[in-house]
Amino acid sequence: MNRRKLEENFFKFLMALSLGLVFLALAGIILIVLIKGLSSLSWSMIFETPKGGYYLGGEGGIANAIVGSLYLVAGATVLALIISLPVALALQKEYLGKRFADITRLVLDILWGTPSIVYGAFGFVVMVWLGLRASLLGGIIVLTLLMIPIMTRAMDEAVRLVPYELKEMAYAMGTTRFETTLAVVLRQAFPGVCTGVILAVGRGIGDAASILFTAGYTDEIPRSLFDPVASLPLAVFFQSGTPVPEVQARAFTAALILLVIVLVINIVARLLGWRFSKNIVR
Amino acid sequence: MSRIEINELCVSFGRNPVLKNISLSIPDRQIICIIGPSGCGKTTLLKSLNRLLDLNEDVSITGDVRVDGQSIYQSRLDVTALRKKVGFLPQRPYPLPMSIYDNVAFGPRIHGLDGLNALSGGKAGSPAAGAKTSRKDKDRLVEHYLTLAGLWDEVKDRLSEPAAKLSIGQQQRLALARVLSIEPEVILADEATSALDPISARLVENQFRLLKKDYTIILVTHILRQARRLGDYIVFLYMGDLVEHKPAAEFFGDPSDEKTKAYVNGDIS
Amino acid sequence: MKRRFKDIVAFASGRLFLIFVNALALLIFCGLLLKAAPILQTVSLTDLLFSSVWHPMKHQFGLFPFIVSTLAVTLLAMLMAIPVCLFASIYLAEYASRRFREVSRLIIDILAGIPSVIYGLCGILVIVPFVAVVGEYLGVSTTGYSLLAGGLVLAVMVIPFIIAISVEVLRMIPGPFRESALALGATKWETVKYVVLKKAAKGLVAAVVLGFARAFGETMAVLMVVGNVAQAPSSIFDPAYPLPALIANNYGEVMSIPLYDAALMSAALILMTVVALFSLTAHYALSRLGDHND
Ligand SMILES: Nc1ncnc2c1ncn2[C@@H]1O[C@H](COP(=O)(O)OP(=O)(O)OP(=O)(O)O)[C@@H](O)[C@H]1O
Ligand SMILES: [Mg+2]
Repeated sequence: MNRRKLEENFFKFLMALSLGLVFLALAGIILIVLIKGLSSLSWSMIFETPKGGYYLGGEGGIANAIVGSLYLVAGATVLALIISLPVALALQKEYLGKRFADITRLVLDILWGTPSIVYGAFGFVVMVWLGLRASLLGGIIVLTLLMIPIMTRAMDEAVRLVPYELKEMAYAMGTTRFETTLAVVLRQAFPGVCTGVILAVGRGIGDAASILFTAGYTDEIPRSLFDPVASLPLAVFFQSGTPVPEVQARAFTAALILLVIVLVINIVARLLGWRFSKNIVR
Repeated sequence: MSRIEINELCVSFGRNPVLKNISLSIPDRQIICIIGPSGCGKTTLLKSLNRLLDLNEDVSITGDVRVDGQSIYQSRLDVTALRKKVGFLPQRPYPLPMSIYDNVAFGPRIHGLDGLNALSGGKAGSPAAGAKTSRKDKDRLVEHYLTLAGLWDEVKDRLSEPAAKLSIGQQQRLALARVLSIEPEVILADEATSALDPISARLVENQFRLLKKDYTIILVTHILRQARRLGDYIVFLYMGDLVEHKPAAEFFGDPSDEKTKAYVNGDIS
Repeated sequence: MKRRFKDIVAFASGRLFLIFVNALALLIFCGLLLKAAPILQTVSLTDLLFSSVWHPMKHQFGLFPFIVSTLAVTLLAMLMAIPVCLFASIYLAEYASRRFREVSRLIIDILAGIPSVIYGLCGILVIVPFVAVVGEYLGVSTTGYSLLAGGLVLAVMVIPFIIAISVEVLRMIPGPFRESALALGATKWETVKYVVLKKAAKGLVAAVVLGFARAFGETMAVLMVVGNVAQAPSSIFDPAYPLPALIANNYGEVMSIPLYDAALMSAALILMTVVALFSLTAHYALSRLGDHND
């Protein structure tokens, strides 16, 4: 009896320890970014583009990266949504045989796991082939590819959770598959679809490896799709690599801004999911 | 022998009250049948007797259950010892993810039972804990309990197969063997024959009749005729209320409550 | 008639996008293959994979140091991550109250969503100096930018990712399976050990495999702390140079050196192939999670 209790307590201790480590890591990361990032946070960091000598500690800010990231992700989100939503809906069993659906889900899982550096390399190959330089358009295309599997998988989950009885009710009234999809499935799966989009946005905005050679980096805010564009993750990366301490500190500021954006996205996702789940039939 | 006293027990899931102020003293070495319409709280009452209810997250329990005079809801209680004393047979059998053999050997192993009492036929004295059991003894133990549950002949040649491969009815009898293997004093059985064909159901019923000289058996059943056949004492629940409880002969011969009369006559179900 | 037409148009366009997604995987694979193929004209496959000589200017492209680095840093990370993940997710799924579980899940989701450059940045600030100090204490000369630093950062990164999946997996096991052990008087830990872990084994392996795949292809966080010296590391305090870092650091300048881009593409191809195999394994393990016939 004693031995059994002892074993239980021993493993409980290990569990508490592990979980404690995980929470410590999060607290550590957030504290570091907050403390180091706040020290050089200022309005000019957010609203100004780098001035002459910025990378030697001079005046200016990272508005180019903030705006660039928003442009990149906005464009990619729209494109990815246009592709992902139809795919998730077309995976319903009314539209697709089980074999093809299974294969597609497998392919999506593989794409989902594919490292972003591979997307970056592939995107670069395509851009060279098309004669494009590193540009906003290139970055958007690569981010779109990266976001498609994330969005589609989440949406597919949501669509699959719609009870078949619910659809049957619609079919029983003589609706077509398309009308049922619009009237019942999309409505019911809406929170899941939102979550999918936001998940993908969160991944997209933080990814550096995929846009490293496809979006480029510049101190200007891009004026057309064919201009190169700066981005927050790369701002963190490049500034952390410079030898100037002031600039290194600004890497943390960029990280802070990026972290805040990602956290806000996370929270909005949860609130949306909670808000929209009210009209759902369970 | 264990005596179970239930005192002003109230159970609710979230805001939904499921058992309302149940007080009941359960006679020992008898078959007690809990009857009542579906959803009236039979399973809940049963699970409240060995603290399986605690596993639900939004459950709240007030009142008291005493086993052998000891309150089972006090925080310092050794729940595993309680559950060893008060065995439970679930409504749907979920086999442990191991072989048929190990399903039966699992309980004795974790409790360090050697099963000698069972094998020597008596139930006297507490089992010697921690004694090393040889493989041969273990084999005899497994055979003994499987025979007791009426399953031995069907599975004796496939003891090392995963238990999940058995049919539902066989799994139910395996669950019975599993409960018996921990040598409980009380057996809680939740519709233990619901998945069985009439013949195997009778087998299990007969088993219960034999067992009641050593065990207190609390049996939930949907089937009125089964309660008539088996029950020494009947407890009737209706929508979370304890409506009536008395010895079987009295209960069926002379029900005092209107609801009981209606239920016994098959007017409500 | 118009309704039917709409339905058919919707059907057709859905099919089109579906085909596009499937083709995308094939396209990426073939694209990389096509671009990587020229390297085999000058370098043999065994040289490419097992030679340690990396002199792009002299057309010598041995990927061995990079492959070893990738494997080493990933294995090191998994070695540290797996026990933590296992225990933390068992606690969350089996022991924690619902409230605590929910809050923890939120925290873990947030951790899993933090961009990798931020992990790298914190790694430079905390882990690299930490490794340097440990190295000094042990009498090893190291800058801190090392295999160990990469492994640590990577472990911290994949832990929330693996925990999130593992908790899902554990919660998918129906409660009554636990009851059948608990009802026999098993302790909670015994129930976990004999029932839950056995039922969840496949799913947990899948979670670890997915974590491995994620770590294997992770670029930025590792690149920032691992040192990037093109040499197979001989101790965990040595710098290393994993494949993703190789690609990320050099892709800008490839055009000037012939075959350099083909070498980097073959690195990308290796990454994609390995990760695809892992994803495939996890996919099948997870898709059979529903049936409990074992
Ligand atoms: N885990 C739970 N969470 C919420 N409500 C529950 C839970 N378990 C049972 N209930 C509710 O408690 C009530 C009683 O359930 P219980 O399972 O005890 O009924 P029962 O008498 O055993 O029914 P049956 O004969 O169908 O098995 C039901 O209304 C049920 O919906
Ligand atoms: Mg019941």
